[in-house]
Amino acid sequence: MLRSFVRARALWAGLLAFGLMSAQAQVTITYWQYDFKSKIEAIDELIKRFEAANPGIKVVHQTFPYDAYQQKVGSSIPAGQGPDVVNLFYGWLPTWVKAGYLVPLPENLVSPKQVDNDFVSMAQSAKMGGKYYGLPTAVRSLALFYNKDLFQQAGISKPPRTWAEFFEAGKKLTVKQGDRYTQIGYGISPDGQDHHLVREVLLRQMGGRPYSDDGRKVLFGGAEGLKAFTMYTDWVKKHGIGIPSFFPGNNGYRDGFIAGKIGMIIDGSFAIGTIRSGAKFNWGVAELPVEKVGGRKANFGSFWLHGITPLAKGPKLEASVKLLNFITSAEAQRYWLEKVGELPARKDLIKDPKLSLDPVYGPFILSLSYAKATPFVDEAAQRTVIVNAINRVLLQNMDPAQSWKIAVEEEQKILDSFYK
Amino acid sequence: MKRSRLSLATREALWAYAFLLIPLAFFLFIRIWPAFQALWLSLYDWNADPAKRAFVGLEHYAQMAQDPLIARSLRNTLLYTLIGVPAQLVLGLGIALLLNAVTRERLRDVFRAIYFAPYVTPAVAVAWVFSWMLSANFGVVNEMLRAVGLPAQDFLRNPSLALPTVTAVVVWQNLGFQVVLFLAGLQNIPRDYYEAARIDGADGRQLFRHITLPLLNPVMVFSAVIGTIAFLQLFTQVVNLSFTDQGGPLHSTLTVALYIYQVAFGRFDLGYAAAITVLLFAIILLITLVQLRLLSRRVEY
Repeated sequence: MLRSFVRARALWAGLLAFGLMSAQAQVTITYWQYDFKSKIEAIDELIKRFEAANPGIKVVHQTFPYDAYQQKVGSSIPAGQGPDVVNLFYGWLPTWVKAGYLVPLPENLVSPKQVDNDFVSMAQSAKMGGKYYGLPTAVRSLALFYNKDLFQQAGISKPPRTWAEFFEAGKKLTVKQGDRYTQIGYGISPDGQDHHLVREVLLRQMGGRPYSDDGRKVLFGGAEGLKAFTMYTDWVKKHGIGIPSFFPGNNGYRDGFIAGKIGMIIDGSFAIGTIRSGAKFNWGVAELPVEKVGGRKANFGSFWLHGITPLAKGPKLEASVKLLNFITSAEAQRYWLEKVGELPARKDLIKDPKLSLDPVYGPFILSLSYAKATPFVDEAAQRTVIVNAINRVLLQNMDPAQSWKIAVEEEQKILDSFYK
Repeated sequence: MKRSRLSLATREALWAYAFLLIPLAFFLFIRIWPAFQALWLSLYDWNADPAKRAFVGLEHYAQMAQDPLIARSLRNTLLYTLIGVPAQLVLGLGIALLLNAVTRERLRDVFRAIYFAPYVTPAVAVAWVFSWMLSANFGVVNEMLRAVGLPAQDFLRNPSLALPTVTAVVVWQNLGFQVVLFLAGLQNIPRDYYEAARIDGADGRQLFRHITLPLLNPVMVFSAVIGTIAFLQLFTQVVNLSFTDQGGPLHSTLTVALYIYQVAFGRFDLGYAAAITVLLFAIILLITLVQLRLLSRRVEY
């Protein structure tokens, strides 16, 4: 009687353990990103490959409109409902980490040393306090897009190499009738990519740098900073090679370029796809102009990374790191380039001569080696600082020196309140 | 057969209460409870993990007093309301009076539908169309200004024109709803009053001043209160009319609601955002109470 009882218990325990094991073997994790057709399709495909290689893990892929994305993340994670792996712009990282939306990648599963070695240097912006909070699949840099047909009509033989050549070309490409522009040389857009251009490109080319090494002090208030800033506002005020909002809308400068009404724009590699499918003329891409031939090069690099949220615990955390490693692997990055058209984040992949010699990708790839990602602490606010500095000069005729001084003070305040 | 001790009326009332409980519960748990949570949240530094939210007391309220964007967004919001609500009421009433004068009912319905159309058009589409119409280079509005010899204006990018321009777009969009309200109000005024007054020798202006306006008062109060609340919460059109520089240029169109959104979801500083929400709530409550007090009066003939 007793023995049969024991046997029955043992049987039950065995069944229970088996049940637990099989339950444990099936882990479901959730991945979130914003709606972008080619990215959704790419992640779907990568998940399919990942699940085939990891039979115990199931990945749910959910997407949201871009404007609602941060709001969705912001309210879902505290409610315990959100993603385990989440896609975010690198500039959001500090605020997300500070508010407890991301956890550091476990060092036994993702070695920081390895990442430092394998990924392009800007990926280190995904580090806070020496810990990685995520990894990118792809990175982006800036370059000059130019309309070859308009260049030919204006008698310009090749893309500008220096800023002097740039506004010479800009002047030739600008067509004005009365008080109206029918065509402009440069698609100026303070709230597009130009705020990066001023802070990260022009400033460094003039020999300055935006922040102190610990990121706590604003250094762009020096003479180089003002020179860079004035040079930029002069494109409108002095040289008249473009006006902001020539084409209205979210990405008016890009729309105007695609419509063939703008000779040159400075845009990110993420714009390649849109321009390729929209532009009905010959266009080319060139590395950003420099101050003088052989002068210092600079570029703004940025990326979206995949981070892990506090919702991923235990077996979910392990599965999430596996997924993260998979979608940032060399195989995934190669597929991403092909499918989405974004540049790979691994060093050995961008060394591929097929890429660096490509007429469209080449200039972006070359720029990656010297591109820097601004160490934002509050991307939205810091971007507004530069956009407003430009607008005070362009829209309110403020003296550039005065406007720049305000920007330096505002920016320092943002840094101070983050590091307080 | 045992007779129920409750009368029919009581039983009907009980049923009514039973059905009212469901929306009441919804209202309490989905609307009121979160509103009070904002009050509680505003006293903490935000963290996704509730255990890590640090109590900061009234610090966020002190921070608001130092924040220039609070002052700016409050001033802007007030301006939107002060320009927008009266404009909406006057134009709405004007158009409703004209439509009311159209005696062929079918034609009136067609007009009403036309005026109502903007109200049901998505704000994103409205913003897109207006940003082209108002463009300094290509816009039809500037085309008209030039035709009469006036200088072209960059309506949405000029910091002193942007706010009135956004207000105009919002008024245009709300106008249809306003017209429908007034039209319903006008049609509720009994014809006999006008006829009686006419026999007494009243002219058109007197009819309007002493019959139409007083009897439209309930609609007027409703519109003023609802319109004010809507303008105090203005968000969508502001965002879409300047999407890559929201609230810009130079914060000239920033509203309190948009600022709350930016602090909450651009910066994940939900504690501070909650504090601003409490401020906005207090302002709306106060203004609404004052409005109801000042505007409401019972008119009977």
